[in-house]
Amino acid sequence: MSILVNKNTKVITQGITGATALFHTKQGMEYGTQFVGGTRPGKGGTEVEGIPVFDTVAEAVEKTGANVSFISVAPPFAADAIMEAVDAELDLVICITEGIPVLDMVKVKRYMEGKKTRLIGPNCPGVITPGECKIGIMPGYIHLPGKVGIVSRSGTLTYEAVHQTTARGIGQSTAVGIGGDPVKGMEFIDVLHLFNEDPDTEAVIMIGEIGGTAEEEAAEWIAANMKKPVVGFIGGQTAPPGKRMGHAGAIISGGKGTAAEKIAKLESCGIRVAKTPAVIGETLVEVLKEKGMLEKVITKK
Amino acid sequence: MNIHEYQGKAILKQYGVKVPEGRVAFTVDEAVEAAKELGTSVVVVKAQIHAGGRGKAGGVKVAKNLDEVRTYAEQILGKVLVTHQTGPEGKEVKRLLIEQGCDIKKEYYIGLVVDRSTGRVVMMGSEEGGTEIEEVAARTPEKIFKEEIDPVTGLNAFQARRLAFNIKIPNELINKAAQFMLSLYQAFVDKDCSIAEINPLVVTGDGEVMALDAKLNFDSNALFRHPDVVALRDLDEEDEKEIEASKYDLSYVALDGNIGCMVNGAGLAMATMDIIKFYGGEPANFLDVGGGATEEKVTEAFKIILKDPNVKGIFVNIFGGIMKCDVIANGVVAAAKQVKLDRPLVVRLEGTNVEMGKKILNESGLNIVAADSMADGAEKIVSLVK
Repeated sequence: MSILVNKNTKVITQGITGATALFHTKQGMEYGTQFVGGTRPGKGGTEVEGIPVFDTVAEAVEKTGANVSFISVAPPFAADAIMEAVDAELDLVICITEGIPVLDMVKVKRYMEGKKTRLIGPNCPGVITPGECKIGIMPGYIHLPGKVGIVSRSGTLTYEAVHQTTARGIGQSTAVGIGGDPVKGMEFIDVLHLFNEDPDTEAVIMIGEIGGTAEEEAAEWIAANMKKPVVGFIGGQTAPPGKRMGHAGAIISGGKGTAAEKIAKLESCGIRVAKTPAVIGETLVEVLKEKGMLEKVITKK
Repeated sequence: MNIHEYQGKAILKQYGVKVPEGRVAFTVDEAVEAAKELGTSVVVVKAQIHAGGRGKAGGVKVAKNLDEVRTYAEQILGKVLVTHQTGPEGKEVKRLLIEQGCDIKKEYYIGLVVDRSTGRVVMMGSEEGGTEIEEVAARTPEKIFKEEIDPVTGLNAFQARRLAFNIKIPNELINKAAQFMLSLYQAFVDKDCSIAEINPLVVTGDGEVMALDAKLNFDSNALFRHPDVVALRDLDEEDEKEIEASKYDLSYVALDGNIGCMVNGAGLAMATMDIIKFYGGEPANFLDVGGGATEEKVTEAFKIILKDPNVKGIFVNIFGGIMKCDVIANGVVAAAKQVKLDRPLVVRLEGTNVEMGKKILNESGLNIVAADSMADGAEKIVSLVK
């Protein structure tokens, strides 16, 4: 089992003729993901990589039965692309585009209110359920099917966590990169909620970073609701205040959003926090051993 | 992106936000000339740098005649101001704002930010003007009032009035204050601001509501649709290495340490700085080379890191992902040769073909240390620069 995506997920790629979109669509297809079509206004009726291209998302959904959309269009057009997917009533939209204006995302969030669609991203690596479905830019081969859920604001740190768990024979149920932007779709709590309900996820790794208070809110939610062990890591302990550290959302402003604050909050909510990014896997193993759960999550000897 | 106070006020004025009459001056003579043109009995001479706390640092003076304008302009222009926001090295003043003095009755605070948890723009107000809002929030949080704004309607007039009443604007000026807030909100959304702070907003003896100071920051993701804002960029206010990095689409932030870092991905780049510190070293920078660590990008990244004279060694930490490690290793070797790297270099690679990558590094004939893991790499570079 898994969350958000699985072997039955049917995906369309919006803006499929763009170089990045096409590259990652092909990579996904090689991994075994069911990419069933794409859109490109004006190119309807043509084919790319053996799958049909449509003018609109609504038409693509109607003709292919897709339930998820993958978006990697340029920043000026990304908000519109997300809203088109929401309008077509897809279950899930995964947007990897980096550099979308914040006020565009404010409008998108307002537009999504009361609608059924979930959004992952923007500015994220995507979502993968190992062995079943990969939508995004993550390298598929480092993953191993299994029982640990991963949720993270950072792409490469997600790969680190995946790599460190796989190396210990611990597979992942689903790895979700929620993205580094300040205004985004699903937050930590939304993803944790799904992992909590997923019968095959036994434990979760949550990777946060400086900026905002999403980690603190998640920590409180975990203390109150989470039935499964959660291990954390927070990046940016050495980041200076007032400077944007790559991600638009990774900034300490007005003295708020420091790593020290977040780590203290996580620990006070009973979440073990890895001291360095190199020991995320080790920290998980430690916690699982203490709980007598280690054997249960090892999916490859 | 930040701009100067006088530029922010010019933008706000276009939207009908009331600001004092003022002129920018780059020289002492221009400052005196500007004061003459303004023609008021009192003018204020204000240092223009991209940092707050200018008043306390001696960067704002009230002049009662033209001689005083000259004296203050001479004092402030070229002076290095050290405020709590400039860092210990301070910032040299190269521009002045010469502004009409005004008869201040009371100071207030008005600010706009994007609230991350609600995904909405929020207007904040307080009767404690002139003090930093963080300080007010810490001491008297009950004196901060907020209005969450629906992007469909924008700031509603009733919300602006409610905020004005809450922060105790005098009754007869409520409508003027509300109009001020509505105009400020319009400027914020039209120009894709990330922060707009009016501290202080003042009510004057002659019954005006105006912005005595203005701090506008812009969302750098939205600059593509605001060439007029881009034109206001003052490169003197930015780190030279950060400007150079932005040309090559590299994300770089200068820090105080001596270990240069080159990493792919913002999260891993931050975590790499952290792990260097954990092993007793000090990172010299944050640098994200992005997903495609090509030879050209790595070369430019090396050049930028090496411009910092404090750098005693470099740690490259790349999680290859879709890029293959041998390709990255070749890029690192070629780049190190091109820049004639003369300082220790530790490289940690992970991903496809990692063994080939390490072999390329070891056989390069260069002084490159291949690390087995992130922790190993961090320990090695820390001991090499000691």
